[in-house]
Amino acid sequence: MNKKQKKLLTRILIATALMILLAFIPVEGIVRFACYLVPYVVIGHDIIKKALHGIKNGKMFDENFLMTVATVGAIIIALLGKGDYVDAVAVMLFYQVGELFQSYAVGKSRKNISELMDIRPDYANIEVDGKLEKVDPDEIEVGSIIVVQPGEKIPIDGTIIEGVSSLNTSALTGESIPKDVKAGEEVISGCINLTGVIKIETTKEFGESTVSKVLELVENASSRKSKSEDFISKFAKVYTPLVCYAALALAILPPLVKMIFLGQSADWMTWIYRALTFLVISCPCALVVSIPLSFFAGIGGASREGILIKGSNYLETLSKTKYVVFDKTGTLTQGVFEVNDVHHNEMEKEKLLEYAALAESASSHPISKSLQRAYGKELDRSRVHDIQEISGNGIIAKVDNDTVAAGNDKLMKRLNIEYNNCHSVGTIIHMAINGIYAGHIVIADVVKPQSKDAIRRLKRTGVVKTVMLTGDAKKVAEQVGRDLGLDEVYSELLPADKVTQVERLLEQKPAKGKLAFVGDGINDAPVLSRADIGIAMGTMGSDAAIEAADIVLMDDDPSKIAKAIAISRKCLRIVYENITFAIAIKLICLLLGAVGIANMWYAIFADVGVTVLAVLNAIRALFVKKI
Amino acid sequence: MKKNYKIEVDCANCANLMEDAAKKTAGVKDASVNFMTQKMSVEFEEGQDVKTVMQAVLKNCKKVEEDCEIFI
Repeated sequence: MNKKQKKLLTRILIATALMILLAFIPVEGIVRFACYLVPYVVIGHDIIKKALHGIKNGKMFDENFLMTVATVGAIIIALLGKGDYVDAVAVMLFYQVGELFQSYAVGKSRKNISELMDIRPDYANIEVDGKLEKVDPDEIEVGSIIVVQPGEKIPIDGTIIEGVSSLNTSALTGESIPKDVKAGEEVISGCINLTGVIKIETTKEFGESTVSKVLELVENASSRKSKSEDFISKFAKVYTPLVCYAALALAILPPLVKMIFLGQSADWMTWIYRALTFLVISCPCALVVSIPLSFFAGIGGASREGILIKGSNYLETLSKTKYVVFDKTGTLTQGVFEVNDVHHNEMEKEKLLEYAALAESASSHPISKSLQRAYGKELDRSRVHDIQEISGNGIIAKVDNDTVAAGNDKLMKRLNIEYNNCHSVGTIIHMAINGIYAGHIVIADVVKPQSKDAIRRLKRTGVVKTVMLTGDAKKVAEQVGRDLGLDEVYSELLPADKVTQVERLLEQKPAKGKLAFVGDGINDAPVLSRADIGIAMGTMGSDAAIEAADIVLMDDDPSKIAKAIAISRKCLRIVYENITFAIAIKLICLLLGAVGIANMWYAIFADVGVTVLAVLNAIRALFVKKI
Repeated sequence: MKKNYKIEVDCANCANLMEDAAKKTAGVKDASVNFMTQKMSVEFEEGQDVKTVMQAVLKNCKKVEEDCEIFI
């Protein structure tokens, strides 16, 4: 509890004690009034002060005003001998209990969510004369060496220069399996170092590091307000004065009608009491607090799963996603080349790969790297001589005493070697050893293991159409499209063509559905901003893509898209539940109050109880692990 | 120019009222109050003195919500 809440609690306790005491003291008339005035002032003085302050500044109809009018009205009725002072004090007392509870619940949940998202490192260690010194990460310059001990957060992005460890990346990616790292590898800030001491050479300033970017993004997220939030704040602005006028009408009109037209007694007190009940019920707080809190919890829960959502409005749009358009390389595929297969080989697969890797060992092309990875053993470069690179064809080199030719069909034709055409999709490397064809190696960009599941799950969540746009060759694109079960595939597109395709799909989609684009590359930035929702891959993706996107997937897992949609739906469901629940209960209580069934106690429940229930319901948006 | 300020406000509706009050202050181009993170971000019109404008923003916010605080 903070200071304000503690003070309020003390006042509540004092007022309650006084009320219990007064219940045993039989006093009548003006003395009774004076006696009950004490707890009333103790508990309600700030509310009355605020109400007066509001009136002075021309801002009449807020809840302080409502409570003041209601309780002062009740006191006057009691003074006239129609009711009891207990009512007035009790209403104020329970209102304050409600306020305290509400402020505590909201404050607590706000803090819980903020803590979940708090991945900010407090310090960085630098070595000065052999001793570690803690400094503000803001002061570390690019290229400095920082030391991260086990249990500490990596404060700044950089490259490991010394040490081996495993990192817990869950705060950033939601991935619970630790990631092993060693010298030479790049690490991002926000990860927790688990096992060994590592030294890192920083490559970015603190403000530009991943952790700062992520925090900035999440903190600014709820500033972009959703339509539901806008609706509620507009609603509150109209609703409060409206209820006040309704209460005024309720206090004046029925007695007048009774008196003038029906010739009965006016019964002023009853109707004024009902009007006051009406006022207590009407506070808009439940709505106003629970809607942004639901969105905040939804965004917080998603960020724990490695899904960063840049605003509540995007959460709202995401829940209506009907079309999902993908980029291929780096989004559905890993964006790294890998040896898929070896065909028609006369010799052992390993032997062929060894020859290929050795022949290509001088090249730094991704393809030669993939060959080296597939071979998996250390390469002895001294075994390779006389390397000739024939541009656009391949390589001819002497490995041990054999002449190895590795390249495409053009190379085979050039050397007059007969070769088998390959039906597989990807880059084909034909191999000839001493002029005799020895088979070919298929190298392709590998589809991410989660991609197929991702598409299936999207279909299950109700996405109507999945489309892939790629600059890659038709054959490769269609193969991937078939494997993953995508509805439409468009290949050999230039960046501008992607925008055109997305625009065409935007026109074609059902009016209420939304289109999401998922991409990672620099050339995706225009498409990301053109789509209703842009989703970028966080670790593979370029800064430009992440900047332009509305949602960032920190661990590049495409199956998180379905999860993000599920989270957004859950959050929106809670928002609508809260809106309908709060408005319905209020309307029912207002009606009951108007006809005299609901008294002040119902009224207090309608105000405070509904708020607390709505807040508790809002917190549910935080729990997204299982969906 | 845009600046972020830490604020203290108790209820969500009051935060909305503060946002309105800040938006209406002279010299403020746009303002947004985030009740959840207790932050106010203010975009100033060009050539405005940030300090004077913020004093006015605080004054206007105090009018609608006496209890609020902006840490300028």
